[in-house]
Amino acid sequence: MLFTTYEFMGFMAVLLLAYYLVPKKCQWALLLAASYVFYFIAGADYLIYILVTTLTVYFAACRIERNAERQAVYLKEHKAELSKEEKKAYKETQKRVRLRWLVGCLLLNLGILAAVKYANFFISNVNGILSAFGSRQQLSFFSLALPMGISFYTFQAIGYLIDVYRGTVSAEKNPFRFALFVSFFPQLIQGPISRFGDLSKTLFEKHRFDAKTFCYGLQRVLWGYFKKMVVADRILAGVRTIVGDAGAYEGAYVLVGMLFYTIELYADFTGGIDITIGIAQTMGITVQENFNLPYFSKSLKEYWRRWHISMCSWFRDYIFYPVSISKPMQRFTKFSKKRFGEKVGRRLPMYVSSFTVWLATGVWHGASWNFIVWGLGNWAVLMASEELEPLYERFHKRFGARGRIYNVFQMGRTFLLVCCLNLFDCYASIGETFGAFASMFGASNWKVLWDGSLLGLGLSMLDYWILGAGVLLMLVVSLLRRNGGSVRERIGRQVYPLRFAIWYGLFLAVLLMGAYGIGYDASQFIYNQF
Amino acid sequence: MRQKAWVRTFIKVSVSAAVALGGLFLLQRLLVPKYVDGIVEGAFVAEYYGEEKDFDVIFVGDCEVYENFSPIVLWQEFGINSYIRGSAEQYIWQSYYLLEDTLRYETPDVAVFNIQSLQFDKSQKEAYNRMSLEGMKWSPSKVNAILASMKPEEKFLDYVFPILRYHSRWSELTGSDVQYMFHTKKVSHNGYYMRVDVRPAENVPTGRILGDYSFGENAWKYLDKMRELCEERGVRLILIKAPSLYPYWYPEWEEQVEAYAEKYGLTYINFLELTEETGIDYSTDTYDAGLHMNLSGAEKLARYMGRFLQEEIGLADRRGEAHLQEIWKDKIADYEAEREAQYVKYGMKEKTGE
Amino acid sequence: MEELLEILSDLHPEVDFEVEEHLIDDGILDSLDIVNLISEISEEFDVSITAKDIIPENFNSAKALYSLIQDLGEE
Repeated sequence: MLFTTYEFMGFMAVLLLAYYLVPKKCQWALLLAASYVFYFIAGADYLIYILVTTLTVYFAACRIERNAERQAVYLKEHKAELSKEEKKAYKETQKRVRLRWLVGCLLLNLGILAAVKYANFFISNVNGILSAFGSRQQLSFFSLALPMGISFYTFQAIGYLIDVYRGTVSAEKNPFRFALFVSFFPQLIQGPISRFGDLSKTLFEKHRFDAKTFCYGLQRVLWGYFKKMVVADRILAGVRTIVGDAGAYEGAYVLVGMLFYTIELYADFTGGIDITIGIAQTMGITVQENFNLPYFSKSLKEYWRRWHISMCSWFRDYIFYPVSISKPMQRFTKFSKKRFGEKVGRRLPMYVSSFTVWLATGVWHGASWNFIVWGLGNWAVLMASEELEPLYERFHKRFGARGRIYNVFQMGRTFLLVCCLNLFDCYASIGETFGAFASMFGASNWKVLWDGSLLGLGLSMLDYWILGAGVLLMLVVSLLRRNGGSVRERIGRQVYPLRFAIWYGLFLAVLLMGAYGIGYDASQFIYNQF
Repeated sequence: MRQKAWVRTFIKVSVSAAVALGGLFLLQRLLVPKYVDGIVEGAFVAEYYGEEKDFDVIFVGDCEVYENFSPIVLWQEFGINSYIRGSAEQYIWQSYYLLEDTLRYETPDVAVFNIQSLQFDKSQKEAYNRMSLEGMKWSPSKVNAILASMKPEEKFLDYVFPILRYHSRWSELTGSDVQYMFHTKKVSHNGYYMRVDVRPAENVPTGRILGDYSFGENAWKYLDKMRELCEERGVRLILIKAPSLYPYWYPEWEEQVEAYAEKYGLTYINFLELTEETGIDYSTDTYDAGLHMNLSGAEKLARYMGRFLQEEIGLADRRGEAHLQEIWKDKIADYEAEREAQYVKYGMKEKTGE
Repeated sequence: MEELLEILSDLHPEVDFEVEEHLIDDGILDSLDIVNLISEISEEFDVSITAKDIIPENFNSAKALYSLIQDLGEE
């Protein structure tokens, strides 16, 4: 049940009505039921996966917390009689118990994720190696369906477990409430990956109907649909044409495809998250933002602080930090400092740990080499710019390259860089990606940009006009947000008829210009037989 | 004071809702296809509801009924009051539900069904679904017709709110979309689609060989339903095969229909075998080389059908009923006017001053 | 506190760490800086900062960071 189906809209309408009619203390239970219905419709077979994750993480978190509590009680009771060393030793043994629960549960859940998401990728690589060595033996593939949203809810649950282990959140005692945290349906399909500490603040609360919040939520949803249906789903045809036949569309087409894809990805992903956050808001629930005007970033580093924030911070908090400040890493730092000197020695370990993170990020995005290369490509660019930092500094000082125009240049440069990296995400294989990328340089077909060839990509002149207007509107909204905060606040300050006109106009734009349904094509009425 | 605020909110909300829904209604009226020029077949089904429903004969089926029989001739020469409920490539389940729909209003003596559509076991084209179904008034029959017709990519909601289906039609609107937003003009003559031009049938291709000639289970199911419905309501069901040379009518198909008619004691007329009796001349009586009859062909078939209905079935001549005469007077005038206009249009007659 | 400020200004000479209170929120310190900082601190003060301590509240200002170090030292 995707966001853009009638079924989902009907489901939401019924749910919202029920949500504000049931007793307030049942609201979260209703949401849990709705989430499971949502998941059930997506595929009854998937329920087992989410149930296993929910129950194991719930149980492990409770055990970890109980252990920590017992430790505290024990230490308090025996404060007088234990020596410092004894206390330390006791703490250590208890910590090991907790660690065992943590690691066991992590392995189980990551194992499930790996099995359903990566087993076939692994097998196909093994098969590749086998045949490379002339073996005719091939492993057969698993036929497991990938449960909807498994990457998202698994990470969300794992984040919670680590937080409990670290003691930054306390474990949820009510298994049903925890089940809601894992399965909260608006974020099942594409995130964001919420933190328990954030989401639980409003998820289980009682919510009275508040016209303003509700209306704000609806506006956000509508805006999300606009991005998704008017822009993303429309431009998709062009993207598919270009990347679907890399041999035929090269050179200048790759540049077009790259831009199209970046627009599509942005509109689709941020639009989807707008819908998620907006839906949650209509129910009074606050879901953390996942984007912060990513294309105003002046560097790739900044971009990754503004794009897909929940995932990036997840990798940062649960992989990058633990790895880079772990004891072995600290030792490695010392060693490399001694070996390579202060400057290089300090960086080397960091490169290693960020390599780990980007590798993981790539793998998380999908089971294919494309994503792995994409992740490592990001890593390489980030590290290179880190290394070149002093050079930039000198350049800036020398030429006084500061100010608005330079900022715009930096944004443009970052945008193009992101476009290029996204190419890995488009094409069927890495070879194709590099081929396409290389064909842009020394391309001789630039005239396709203006000789009408672009109308042969599955997009009509009218589509281009709509897309142009849609992208322009997205840009205007982003600029408004950048300079003055909430656009909804701004609309809210207008007189009611104007407000109404804006909302209704946006609604009609989605209704009339959205790329959905069976396109009405009068030409199919042309009789050929009857 | 508080009450005042409440009233204000109430007024604000209701006015907004009225404006929003009103706007949507107008948009929907504007965006749905009107079928008044060009492809007019989509308008046929709806036209029936404006009639005085007291017909002796109802034809149901696809283009092989609505282009092949002239109800005007049936009235003028035999006093038979008839109506054609046909639409383009109307599938058998649609014919069934249209008949069911018709029987909600009246009970004719005879229902004539053209068995051409037995060859389809499920809907082939969404566009044809829309043209057959959109015109129906809402009733359980329409709901069932939609459910029986929808292709996997279709949604029921698109039939309830056609704006969802035609939302992107704004780019192809024409003047007639505005002109016919709230009313429509008649495009058929009791469901008959008139064409006067001639294109002789030459080199009719024979059918390609099929893997399986037996009609599908679903198609048979609706023929059974149609027969049972007619039995129940005391309507005499007549099966026909129009004399269209193409699409090819296979002997294997013919056998199955003949066997069915015999099994249930139904009348079955295959006009392909009756060219002598009807006088159909494929060099003058078709406008598209043998697919459909033109006016001349449709009038010939109507004459045969009229004789048959009166002599074999015993339908009465109702020309004496003043009320019907009144109705038909206008219809005949329309018919003749369009005929003359088409003769001029196709260059078959000079424009005369009369 | 002096040693801490020294470490900090080694990382970012251009920032006045005595007054700045939004080091994380404003993106002055990025994740690489933080890791650097932690390894320097653990050497200098002999405390071990763990991942659970890396929250904006602890790193937003030199003062906050210093009190974190002191808290950890007491344990």
